[in-house]
Amino acid sequence: MNAPVKTSKLIKGATGDWEVVIGLEVHAQVSSNAKLFSGAATAFGGEPNAHVSLVDAAMPGMLPVINEECVRQAIRTGLGLNAQINLRSVFDRKNYFYPDLPQGYQISQYKSPVVGEGQVKVDLPDGESIVVGIERLHLEQDAGKSLHDQHPTASYVDLNRSGVALMEIVSKPDLRSSEQAKAYVSKLRTILRYLGTCDGDMEKGSLRADVNVSVRKPGEPLGTRCEIKNVNSVRFIGQAIEYEARRQIGILEDGGTVDQETRLFDAVKGETRSMRSKEEAHDYRYFPDPDLLPLEFSQDYVDALKAELPELPDAKMARFIAEFGLSADDAGVLVAERESAEFYEAVLAALGNRERDGKLAANWVINELFGRLNKESLAIASSPVSAAQLAAIIDLIGEGTISGKIAKDLFEIIWVEGGDPREVVEARGMKQVTDLSAIEKVVDDIIAANPEKAAQVAAKPAMIGWFVGQVMKSSGGKANPQAVNDLLKSKLGL
Amino acid sequence: MTDLTSLTLSEAREGLANKSFSALQLTDAYLKAMDGGRVLNAYVLETPDQARAMAKQADEALARGEAGPLTGIPLGIKDLFATEGVRTTACSKILGEFKPPYESTVTTQLWRDGAVLLGKLNNDEFAMGSSNETSCFGPVINPWRREGSKTKLVPGGSSGGSAAAVAANLCLGATATDTGGSIRQPAAFTGTVGVKPTYGRCSRWGIVAFASSLDQAGPIARTVRDAAILLRSMAGHDPKDTTSVDRAVPDYEAAVGRSVKGMKIGIPKEYRIDGMSPEIEALWKQGADWLKAAGAELVEVSLPHTRYALPAYYIVAPAEASSNLARYDGVRYGARVPGHNIVEMYENTRAAGFGAEVKRRVMIGTYVLSAGYYDAYYLRAQKVRTLIKRDFETCFANGVSAILTPATPSAAFGIGEKGGADPVEMYLNDIFTVTVNMAGLPGIAVPAGRDVQGLPLGLQLIGRPFDEETLFSLGEVIEQAAGRFIPGKWWA
Repeated sequence: MNAPVKTSKLIKGATGDWEVVIGLEVHAQVSSNAKLFSGAATAFGGEPNAHVSLVDAAMPGMLPVINEECVRQAIRTGLGLNAQINLRSVFDRKNYFYPDLPQGYQISQYKSPVVGEGQVKVDLPDGESIVVGIERLHLEQDAGKSLHDQHPTASYVDLNRSGVALMEIVSKPDLRSSEQAKAYVSKLRTILRYLGTCDGDMEKGSLRADVNVSVRKPGEPLGTRCEIKNVNSVRFIGQAIEYEARRQIGILEDGGTVDQETRLFDAVKGETRSMRSKEEAHDYRYFPDPDLLPLEFSQDYVDALKAELPELPDAKMARFIAEFGLSADDAGVLVAERESAEFYEAVLAALGNRERDGKLAANWVINELFGRLNKESLAIASSPVSAAQLAAIIDLIGEGTISGKIAKDLFEIIWVEGGDPREVVEARGMKQVTDLSAIEKVVDDIIAANPEKAAQVAAKPAMIGWFVGQVMKSSGGKANPQAVNDLLKSKLGL
Repeated sequence: MTDLTSLTLSEAREGLANKSFSALQLTDAYLKAMDGGRVLNAYVLETPDQARAMAKQADEALARGEAGPLTGIPLGIKDLFATEGVRTTACSKILGEFKPPYESTVTTQLWRDGAVLLGKLNNDEFAMGSSNETSCFGPVINPWRREGSKTKLVPGGSSGGSAAAVAANLCLGATATDTGGSIRQPAAFTGTVGVKPTYGRCSRWGIVAFASSLDQAGPIARTVRDAAILLRSMAGHDPKDTTSVDRAVPDYEAAVGRSVKGMKIGIPKEYRIDGMSPEIEALWKQGADWLKAAGAELVEVSLPHTRYALPAYYIVAPAEASSNLARYDGVRYGARVPGHNIVEMYENTRAAGFGAEVKRRVMIGTYVLSAGYYDAYYLRAQKVRTLIKRDFETCFANGVSAILTPATPSAAFGIGEKGGADPVEMYLNDIFTVTVNMAGLPGIAVPAGRDVQGLPLGLQLIGRPFDEETLFSLGEVIEQAAGRFIPGKWWA
């Protein structure tokens, strides 16, 4: 895809502007209880080699058997990426020697992946949106882990991860900045988490990316790319791209050429360094795995999975905007995490008048609830205020029983003490006073006590604010602000 | 009492049922024969204690009237089959003293049906060979000798131990595997019956892999009936092998003796190779005549891509082998030769652990899968394979029930006689058998005559997919006409 070059995305060099071209291969661990080709468990952690079957250890005569759940998850992911689902795909062997690769080959999909081309819409922080092409998604086995710090002269091997199912999601080289790449990975992660096909936990290695970076002068053909292996956080992906783009620009501006190679990102130093050159690259000798028949399923199977897909972030965002008049920013914040969106929807479900208060509810979830959760470093799942409680508070505001200000006090009470918001309002006399005669008395008293100020109002109408403040203070904040305003205006002759 | 080891499986089964002798007596007779037969080097591991324990259990089952199809039948197991707690090496040094913590599906089914394990049988290393000379335990000696000669002959391979042990009455039947002829060629060399079932008929789970898309387990036995009895126990769907087929296992023994009247038998003209010996040609003609006499109709058929089968096979099989054998790296099990770093350890281990023929095939396989060569070799070979398969399909679509060919181009040859300078000379042994593996079809080798020096010669019948029954019916006709082939005992 050759989108028009936005000058803001360019990197300034000594010889002019440079465009950085990025493609990502994201490895997402499939959410499944068992490995891709063996019955062994996939639980994270555990003693080394506690989750290893005879197949995972590649004992003689062992054979792989495809785990249908992993296939199902790959298809669902493909559907979530608006991608072509291939009813027939093939597992290939990728041959190379490594101590944590017991078979001496990784079972992957090379020529015929289960998922073909698709696309992902990515919203950027500056409000712009881009569409990133998906080249393919294929299923493959993860390798084990070599442990080099357990013994002074030997390395140990932990095969717990060996054979765990990964989805490799390959993007087209459509990304033009580290910001775009970060936003793309975040969006991908959101989609995977909505689908429940990957937990997206980058700290546990459930999601990691190989980052392909090249640079060119705008309008020129693609430059030579370097692949940065196994970057395991969104922030590091951004740093790796920034560093690598500048490194390549530096080489080219000094009259050199970029060598195609595989590089590693050093998170401590924030730089990439060479791992192996093109000449040292493995010849993987791919060929179809003769132990496995081609993977085939029907269109009906795919259609059934499609029918059961949950609402995905783009659709949800559009719906929030259309139904409740949310701003794109607010809707974006709410859908970014599946849990946030679910909480908001639970609040909506509990509201007395969704149409009236849907937008108010969004403000409360984003500003009050998220603000408070962030302050206390709490996840939404452990919020002390439930969706039903928050909905009750918003109902009380919406129906005019309490003011927004009182509502904040009420929120605080519920946060600390819990309880039914309506009962708390009742018990503590927090109800807004809408009885005009009661408010009128207070208004009269305040005007009578401040004759000079009352006289000045005609010349300086903004002074009405002072009177409103006094009335509210005197009523303990419970007076209906609109009624106070109206009464003051008429009494003061405004 | 006659020597119990001279009985066929079906006769022994009857004797056990009649209580003419006990399972323990039968097993002891075999253990004694094995003692005397060590010069043949058919066994690489004898398990007398386990054998006697299993035989006692068999006797208890017989006493309770709970006999299974193979209760008390002493069998030898090719060393390619994983046997739980019993050393399994594929006759390669690289597996060292490996004792699997699991039992192959095929042997599990044999023990389920009451069979007795006598020991593990010799084979070519990782089943790569046609003479059993590549085994790390040394060659197997064929119980057959040329008339008036003491020259040691090969039993064929790779299931040379299985064939020799069955022919020399060192077991009542044996498991074997066939990737390019490894059951049928040694059966032909030893006057025994060997069946390579349809690909997917027997589970490959727990069998050391050579070439996954070609490997198939099957029995070697003294008679067609015995082979049918054994195959019924070995075959069946296994969820642990996704290439095994979920299809009911018929009563193969019931097909033995069934009429072959009206069956159309194909004689493929392409199998009449240049320089074919007159005695092989005569044998083939004789076989055709016997079938005709039994009421079958003989038709000439054409399998035009036959001549490409052997070269294509020697691309596909080594390619898969090079990948299948990557797991023998010294890291987790088997032999390990240390090095200063991991790569050196790999190199030392594999250099010391693999024999010359295995190394040759790993190198061929690595080469044909390499970038830039894949299309020219592996992909082309797979295309040839499709064409070979289509040749057979066309033939069967024209109403042919089975195809009759010679099993081998010659009788057994001397140890060290072939393949020394030119490995292709050895590979040519598989010329009549590889097509069957390439097409995934069932094949049976049945002894049918002798060469001028008195050595047994076999005929091969190739069947439709999953129609092993027809092969047993036709094989029985040949066996009835040709009679049994029993070597004169010169050992012990």
